[in-house]
Amino acid sequence: MAIVRSLDPVALRADFAIFEREFRGRRLAYLDSAATSLKPRVVTEAVTGYLNNYSANVHRGIYEIGEEATAAYEGARSKIAAFIGATDPREIIMVRNATEAINLVAYAWGRHNIKQADTIVTTEMEHHSNIIPWQLLTQEKDADLEFVSFDEHGYINQDSYEVLLRTKPKLVSFTAVSNGIGTINPVREMVAKAHEVGALVLVDGAQAVPHQPVNVQEMDCDFFVFSGHKALGPPGSGALWARREILEAMPPFMGGGEMIREVHLRHTTFNEVPYKFEAGTPDVSAAIGLGAALDYLSGLGMEHVRAHERELVAYALEVLPERVKSIRIHGPLSASDRAGVITFNLADAHPHDVATLLDREAIAVRAGHHCTMPLHQRLGEEASARASFYVYTDRDDIDRLAEALNKVERLFAKN
Amino acid sequence: MDDLYRDEILEHYRNPHNFGTLETPTTAKEGANPLCGDRITLMLAINDDGTVEDVAFTGRGCAISQASASMLTDEIKGKPLSEIATLGRQDVLDNLGIEISPARMKCAMLSLETLRSALSDRVAWQGKTDEE
Repeated sequence: MAIVRSLDPVALRADFAIFEREFRGRRLAYLDSAATSLKPRVVTEAVTGYLNNYSANVHRGIYEIGEEATAAYEGARSKIAAFIGATDPREIIMVRNATEAINLVAYAWGRHNIKQADTIVTTEMEHHSNIIPWQLLTQEKDADLEFVSFDEHGYINQDSYEVLLRTKPKLVSFTAVSNGIGTINPVREMVAKAHEVGALVLVDGAQAVPHQPVNVQEMDCDFFVFSGHKALGPPGSGALWARREILEAMPPFMGGGEMIREVHLRHTTFNEVPYKFEAGTPDVSAAIGLGAALDYLSGLGMEHVRAHERELVAYALEVLPERVKSIRIHGPLSASDRAGVITFNLADAHPHDVATLLDREAIAVRAGHHCTMPLHQRLGEEASARASFYVYTDRDDIDRLAEALNKVERLFAKN
Repeated sequence: MDDLYRDEILEHYRNPHNFGTLETPTTAKEGANPLCGDRITLMLAINDDGTVEDVAFTGRGCAISQASASMLTDEIKGKPLSEIATLGRQDVLDNLGIEISPARMKCAMLSLETLRSALSDRVAWQGKTDEE
């Protein structure tokens, strides 16, 4: 692919088969990329290429296609490492998604290191996948789970964070970017503050990796997780990164094939990292597909992806309140602090009705709590609607959204 | 877009019938769709011969769930339990009279499910209680 200086979403749509489909006679305005992204052909071709041409298991077959499969799978691991700035591919554990990665840390690291009366700190803006594993762990260990609040503009309350750090937590776990309201959190500063009190830090990169340059060395975190399916990759692909010394000290997560060195009837010695954490045949095709997706994103340049989405956010924050009078937008109103996520409510129409009616115009948005019920309690909303952007989103999508919301608003206006 | 939600549904949503509470209900039940936050509280006053003398509901949520509750309470008011027992999902869909996508079916059925739950010990439901 030619090097692009800036990103042209309309030209990029040619890379995605789905834009050849018509929905109610129109091109799909897909505004739910924060839930999952669309997939370019290079990804689907990488997946079917493996399944059609060299679908052997990995790390086992001493024959040509077995070696091809292993090379492609390990190649994907190296691409993931390079993409997030990890220096050593052995620090990358292949998992199904960010949820599995957090659960892996909660079980393998958490059960070994969290003791009674220890504290884990997270925030009220987390996705449920960064809350529930810690609830389960702290309940089992009779440990404490504390939550940092966020303010009415959608920013994490740093004073409340510093107060909670005084309890000397063992672990701090927070998201780099809120899937609920789009806030881009000051990761480096928050990691540094946590390290000052001796906590390890897990950063949830599910909404960061697809949309902005990410570097785990610069963030200086200890664990980092993300899902491939939000970054143009297939469902079933994702990764946990952690510092090698932490991984080596951690007991395994699941037991089974691949993760062993020697198995005896009464005891087992484990494989080295990362294989110690990859029991069973992995989702090879998804991993290879993710590798292709990260190549595609690298070709676009993540700084261009972020600049493109920042421009769309600025446009949406400008035109939606102008054209949709009853809209309430939640989260930061500055495009610099906000990822391509616009979460909103209309005065008279419920988010589910909004989503149903937008669907009639071939506009796909999310409605509900977006797996962030505590965040919605803080917002004082049962549910919200969410429009989220990616590389194939352009101003026309936002114009269509604004026009359709204006129609919904008029339909529901109380007479 | 305008043709999807009939005026009648929007009218029920804006000005729901039987909206409020009863002072002396014989039975009351809360129902919710935790995934979307729709919720209703249904109150029934049933007299000795098994007739729903009065009914009221409160709730919040989408137009489908609230209009459906408004229409269902109209439908059961003044009716004997024996007749209410024959109500099924198709009756709710017929009342709404619009296309309900699978993702919105739970919204449409919240009031019926809450009614069934409220009357579970008094009525042998003749309509199936799950997908019909």
